[in-house]
Amino acid sequence: MKTDPESVKLTRKDFVAAQDVRWCPGCGDNAILAQVQKTLPEIGIPRENIVFISGIGCSSRFPYYMNTYGLHSIHGRAPTLAMGLKVARPELQVWVVTGDGDALAIGGNHFAHAMRRNIDINILLFNNRIYGLTKGQYSPTSAFGTRSISSPDGSIENPVNPVGVAIGSEAAFIARTVDVFQKHMSEVLKRAANHHGASLVEIAQNCIIFNDGAWAHMTDPENRQQNVLYLEHGQPMRFGKQGEKGIRLNGLTPEVVDVDQVGEENLLIHDEQAAEPTLAYLLSRMGPPDFPIPVGVFRAIDKPVYSQRLMNQVHTAQAEKQPDLEALFRQGECWDVS
Amino acid sequence: MTAEQTIDQVTILFCGDSGDGMQLTGAQLTNTSAVYGNDVSTLPDYPSEIRAPAGSLAGVSAFQLQFANHEIHTPGDRPDVLVAMNPASFKVNLSKLRTQGTLIVDQDAFSDKGLARAGYQQSPLDDPGLTSRYRVHVVPASTLTLKALEGLDLKRTAKIRCKNFFALGLVCWLFDRPLDPVLDWIGKKFGLNKDVAEANRRALKTGYHFGETSEAFDVQWQVQAAERQPGTYRIINGNEAIALGLVTAAQLTDKPLVYSSYPITPASDILHQLSKWKHLNVRTIQAEDEIAAMGSTIGAAYGGALAATGTSGPGVCLKSEAINLAIMLELPLVILDVQRGGPSTGLPTKTEQADLLQAMFGRNGESPLPILAPASPKDCFDTAIEAFRIAVRHMTPVFILSEGFLANGSEPWCIPSISELEPFLIQHPDDPVGFHPYNRDADTLARPWVLPGTPGMEHRLGGLEKQPVTGAVSYAPQDHAAMCQQRADKVERIANYIPELEVTGNEQGDLLVLSWGGSYGACFTAVQRARRKGFPVGHAHLRYLNPFPRNLGDILSRFDRVMIPELNSGQLGLLVRARYLRDVVHLPKLQGLPFSVGEIEEKIEDLLV
Repeated sequence: MKTDPESVKLTRKDFVAAQDVRWCPGCGDNAILAQVQKTLPEIGIPRENIVFISGIGCSSRFPYYMNTYGLHSIHGRAPTLAMGLKVARPELQVWVVTGDGDALAIGGNHFAHAMRRNIDINILLFNNRIYGLTKGQYSPTSAFGTRSISSPDGSIENPVNPVGVAIGSEAAFIARTVDVFQKHMSEVLKRAANHHGASLVEIAQNCIIFNDGAWAHMTDPENRQQNVLYLEHGQPMRFGKQGEKGIRLNGLTPEVVDVDQVGEENLLIHDEQAAEPTLAYLLSRMGPPDFPIPVGVFRAIDKPVYSQRLMNQVHTAQAEKQPDLEALFRQGECWDVS
Repeated sequence: MTAEQTIDQVTILFCGDSGDGMQLTGAQLTNTSAVYGNDVSTLPDYPSEIRAPAGSLAGVSAFQLQFANHEIHTPGDRPDVLVAMNPASFKVNLSKLRTQGTLIVDQDAFSDKGLARAGYQQSPLDDPGLTSRYRVHVVPASTLTLKALEGLDLKRTAKIRCKNFFALGLVCWLFDRPLDPVLDWIGKKFGLNKDVAEANRRALKTGYHFGETSEAFDVQWQVQAAERQPGTYRIINGNEAIALGLVTAAQLTDKPLVYSSYPITPASDILHQLSKWKHLNVRTIQAEDEIAAMGSTIGAAYGGALAATGTSGPGVCLKSEAINLAIMLELPLVILDVQRGGPSTGLPTKTEQADLLQAMFGRNGESPLPILAPASPKDCFDTAIEAFRIAVRHMTPVFILSEGFLANGSEPWCIPSISELEPFLIQHPDDPVGFHPYNRDADTLARPWVLPGTPGMEHRLGGLEKQPVTGAVSYAPQDHAAMCQQRADKVERIANYIPELEVTGNEQGDLLVLSWGGSYGACFTAVQRARRKGFPVGHAHLRYLNPFPRNLGDILSRFDRVMIPELNSGQLGLLVRARYLRDVVHLPKLQGLPFSVGEIEEKIEDLLV
């Protein structure tokens, strides 16, 4: 969607709905809401042309707090409503707000198909690795062994990785950020909004009640620098307090190296525009204990958009054929009775 | 010497293997008869398997049609003529043929192999009783077809495939039909493939001339044209009529039609049809599942399109939660259920009316919505437009309950001119002053349909319970009570906008036949016949199942007994009993088949004797 920050002068306040926010104090959702409200004026779309659509879960209360058009729908189905809306009204900017349960458990099908079709929507996936609204059951992104109210002896399930699912679903824009990385989130949100097509932003989000500290290795200021890899297009992959560590490819396997020892020129260079998602997939597999967690834009490629392809067919048909309804009535053999 | 005999109507059943082209043969005779001027009604009956084993009982495909010199409303009960192209179809369908009916079989298909595939030890054609019960014509259709096609550059199997046109030609002669419409069709259909076109033309003519010259047939029947209101006509089936109705509503309102659907028998043809009409701003979505089809329909309605989804019963099960969201959001859209035999996967290609209570109640919470049911294939057109009118005027999802029988059955349709159709105007509020998303219209209780993109009217909708007027989330006891009441009242008030129920035949007295959906034709005809025999009986047909027409209670009170024929175990009966506290006589049928006139007539007579 084209943006023109000059034409619309809005501020954060314009996007705050007259509704009390009912998330728990200290919940990561509050930080995300604040960032979205702060960033939207910079994106510059008139408020009335923005629609937030959500499913069910803590994160899905989001539209109620945004002074835009909004739909709080049903569990896992927000991408389907967004698809229908974009088919009827391709010009609107549509955001889908979802969570790890909403997008990856009950709504896994729609999540994958929205990206496969390349519906022009921005999906914000709040990943807190737990079910909050239903009071603490493990989720599809919970680590193996997670003890929860529904897994008292530890979860026996293998977690799924949202970025990996997005790659498998042929997503053209994939990014990750963290609830407390405010500036970073703002930049990622702008990139997602400006990307034409389905954009997935996974936001690592802390549930202070049921899964506090799930992302502590990233958010803890002490360890942040050595546990987080900031992806920058065209730049060598370096991390650590002084950028002293880097990622090198050994065959098809990434490895952590000391930059001083191997030289920066031998580090892996990030390429978010690579035609094949191979690099993005390698990155998606990185995480503790052996690797830092990459954040930023994994992948951003241009791909035809669903509603545009559909409307191209509509416009071609309209150019070729008169919109003659009575001619349709008379399809096939007709006869007159006088 | 062949005698000519004039009759009022005839019912013909073509049957054979799935690969024998019986649907095409039936459709061609339907068209020819309609063009000739008869009234026509059809009942295709085919297996759900794409290709069952050749010659097997499971692979039998049939097409029944009735044509008449007067208005008819059903595809006929027992066929007067049965054309069986192989032993399996003979076995499955012979019992349907009326006594002294005409039986035509392809002798060549009754080989040892063909007989064995149908499970016959010996040929049923050798049964001496056969000729005493029926007028039997054993015709070497395959041999004659092959002979007629000598010299054409086609494989033997391709030539034998033309035998359905031989059968069609023979039946055309038997009922003195002109061949021109079929010849025209062959030209159009196979124009590029000259040999195939020529083969089918020759087979058709050979069949026709066989009837004329073989002397095996001693009677040629005439069925004169029926009197019809002037106009231009075409043959239409229920699915085509629904598709046309949906796009017509969109054209009348100058809106795009968004139709989102997941492939399912017997509704898929509507998606196929609509996907070809992009030049009329029709936007189709083949969704990833039934839920996505429903969700995207809601999204499109929210955006201001005329939005519809189509499915069958199993799909409605999956859509239920999203339908409830549409009820809660109070958005206008149409949900089409082309009913088939259930439960579960059930009988995908067979008809039933067993989703009425599902449409009524198959959702959590108090979730009323209006339900319409077309009475005939052509009525599907008007029903689709009416469904959208109600959806938009009352801001509600609307159910259409069609049936496999209506979807695939066809009849002549007097093509309307667009200027005759009632205008259909939609307005979206755009004045923010005093706007509240659940501020209701005083008459209809509809809430305003405000579209995203309208400045100053940004608002949030959701599946949570809300406060009246403002729509703000609220779990307050009095708010929930009020909103439940408002949603119910809104649907109930639709009764003020729909026509009152009419009774044909006796307007009061002993017995009322109350029908709905595709049983209209059989019930109407049965009541007519019973009255001709002197039985005092009335008939009323419901096109609106929720809410009921305002005068239904009054009509029921005028009769001592009410009989409800339904292709289920008594679902409308249950609703009528619950609503009006009056007993009804059930006539249930669960065979995957529509009612015959005879079944209903018999029940009427049983009750009145």
